[in-house]
Amino acid sequence: MTKAELVEKVSEKINLAKKDTEVIVNTVFNSITDALSKGDKVELRGFGSFRLRKRNSREGRNPKTGATVVIPAKRIPFFKPGKDLRETVDN
Amino acid sequence: MIKKDIVNKVAGMMNLSLSEAEEVVESVFTVVKNALVSGEKVGLHGFGNFRVVKKNSRPGRNPKTGEEIMIAARKVITFKASDKLKQAVNHLPPEQDE
Repeated sequence: MTKAELVEKVSEKINLAKKDTEVIVNTVFNSITDALSKGDKVELRGFGSFRLRKRNSREGRNPKTGATVVIPAKRIPFFKPGKDLRETVDN
Repeated sequence: MIKKDIVNKVAGMMNLSLSEAEEVVESVFTVVKNALVSGEKVGLHGFGNFRVVKKNSRPGRNPKTGEEIMIAARKVITFKASDKLKQAVNHLPPEQDE
């Protein structure tokens, strides 16, 4: 499912113009992005939670030249599905 | 941040009542959820992809008792953040992590 399909389904479901629904869908995911970028975590009851996980710096290799390079520490967004979602998907 | 914060933002932005905004926000997550439950991948441009991955059964061990058990085959959801989201969270120094 793409974002356009998501917008269409939501728009049908709640009977709201596609244009307005699109703005809302974008707002929803942009506000999750904003919260994460401030280091905040996002908890969505019934769905799951988004938080940041730290990746330590490590040594890697340039696969082309074989030169050793240090890959710096970074943060990655991590999604943990809620219990309800986890169980429903598995059944 | 919790769902209510998103609802407040949507309500203010779209000039909707809180209950209307709640209905829309709720249905966004319900639609994503239903797609995943039916095994469909959900790709949100600029945010990331949600995918359902089948895991085979594998032998495991109860870490407390050391007893060997079989971990059943199951389906799990994975989320892969888009490059845009990854970049957005990486302007903070890594030390600030929990």
